[in-house]
Amino acid sequence: MNSPIVSLHEAGKSYGNLVALQSMTMSLNEGEVLGLFGHNGAGKTTMMKLILGVISPTAGKVEVMGMAPDSKEAWHCRTKVGYLPENVSFYEQLTGLEVLTYFSKLKGFSGGKAKKQAIDLLEQVGITYAMKRQVKTYSKGMRQRLGLAQAFIGKPKLLLLDEPTVGLDPIATRDFYKTVDQLKSSGSSVILCSHVLPGVEQHIDRAMILSSGKLLAMGSLNELRQQAALPVVIKPAFLNEESLNTFVAQNSRLKGFLTRQCQQTLMVPEHEKLSVLKQLLAFEGLNDIQVESANLEQVYQHFLALHEKHHGNSHEQQAKQNKPIGT
Amino acid sequence: MNQILTVANKEFHDGLRNRWLLSITLIFALLSIGLTYFGAAVSGVEGVASLSTTVASLASLAVFLIPLIALLLSYDSFVGEQESGTLLLLLTYPLSKSQLLLGKFIGQGGIIALATLLGFGSSAVLLYFQLGNSEIISAFGLFIVSAILLGLSFTVISYLISLSVSEKSKAAGFALITWFLFALAFDLALLALLVGVEEGVTQQGLTQLMMLNPADIFRLVNLAGLDSSDVNGALAVAINASLSQTQLILALVAWVVLPLLLAIFIFRRKKL
Repeated sequence: MNSPIVSLHEAGKSYGNLVALQSMTMSLNEGEVLGLFGHNGAGKTTMMKLILGVISPTAGKVEVMGMAPDSKEAWHCRTKVGYLPENVSFYEQLTGLEVLTYFSKLKGFSGGKAKKQAIDLLEQVGITYAMKRQVKTYSKGMRQRLGLAQAFIGKPKLLLLDEPTVGLDPIATRDFYKTVDQLKSSGSSVILCSHVLPGVEQHIDRAMILSSGKLLAMGSLNELRQQAALPVVIKPAFLNEESLNTFVAQNSRLKGFLTRQCQQTLMVPEHEKLSVLKQLLAFEGLNDIQVESANLEQVYQHFLALHEKHHGNSHEQQAKQNKPIGT
Repeated sequence: MNQILTVANKEFHDGLRNRWLLSITLIFALLSIGLTYFGAAVSGVEGVASLSTTVASLASLAVFLIPLIALLLSYDSFVGEQESGTLLLLLTYPLSKSQLLLGKFIGQGGIIALATLLGFGSSAVLLYFQLGNSEIISAFGLFIVSAILLGLSFTVISYLISLSVSEKSKAAGFALITWFLFALAFDLALLALLVGVEEGVTQQGLTQLMMLNPADIFRLVNLAGLDSSDVNGALAVAINASLSQTQLILALVAWVVLPLLLAIFIFRRKKL
């Protein structure tokens, strides 16, 4: 029960001299949603392929549900894993229903059940109206929904989704996240592989940030924020211009937090947030106040920038060598 | 086994949907009926030609057409799915590489086999009603069986191509070259060897060389039993050093099975 669904122990993958993934250690528990972030060629897809057992690690160990996913014993576990590849285009000349029925059969459902399963899933992703049409007539969003329906076949215990919301309109995106939340509460684990997208942070328990095959940071959003030590942005609005000056004059400590470009904005370290807020709230000239903690995107940028600074010299060379492997 | 049948079923239906079965059957039927009735006109006789002439002319046409059709049907089986991303997806399913390959082979091979049977079989039936000669069934039977094996062999050869390249257009190019090599160039080379190089190859050696080309084995199967007046070129020489029909058919079967094993081997080692 408590053993992790997925665990990587110093797992690595290289193709000849090209290192696609470097000694990665992580684990994913039941009912947990993990966000996997990184640029193209950061190793996200390689990591997914390792977990799916499509490729074998060249170093370390990968375990899914207690077994090496590329081994024969893990064969039956595959019915419990759902995968949405990036940029998949399904058999264009088949109808949506035929595509899903085919994949359901391959997941082990017999004829009639496969079709019923396919119809249910098409309804879940909301393209029942188009199920008798050929996939080549589908829009990008409809294809993406079909792909998601495919990943949901057989109520998987583990879902790996590569860029799941690309091409979805806002309503479909909301529906998609709703489904993720449902799957999570029913005990499924999800790995969301994505560029950092607004809205994703409410739905993930932990985030992993990868760059050129290396793990830059991992943890819950709060932990990452603390690690990054990014300041909180506080934007007070005063009744009039002089009020700010009087206020800052009274509280010399705050002078240092003022940003140079914008005189109305304070950048405050996380641990001083409350004390600064108290001071501001105690001030009578205050009209309104906005507080923004660093969002996922800023945290992501921070870690990437940090990484690049560290590897400033070797980075250019690396960039030349590292042809992106998938994305 | 279920997985293999699921894939085979899908591939077979693709063949039906894309009108492959219909068009191949029509081509073969028209050719064979046409040749049966008008083939004799070349030698100045009207009406139904002699059985041996009919099978000989059918075989010499089929030897070009069948490989071409098989290559066209299957050259993109794997590289096409790789390009669209479904190959990677399929392999995350409880479906092994050999199951996928065998499923495709059964499905697409089924299309080729059925089309050959229906297309050439139709003229066999027609001839039988015209002549009432039961020899027709056995002669055509052998022709159809060897034609099916030839088709299957080139289906597998196109899998080898499809698994070895990374782009569909490259696969198409290689398929064309393969067809040219097996259907045309190989025989020309043999002929050159026979004529140009004195004491180059013995009769025995020539026949053995011909085993390297399924198209030539097919020719041998179908022309060996006929009057040698209908046959000329390198073949006539080879025919005289006759191998038994069973041996030839077995050689054709080997040309299906060995490439199939090689294809599975290549697929297993393929990077994804």
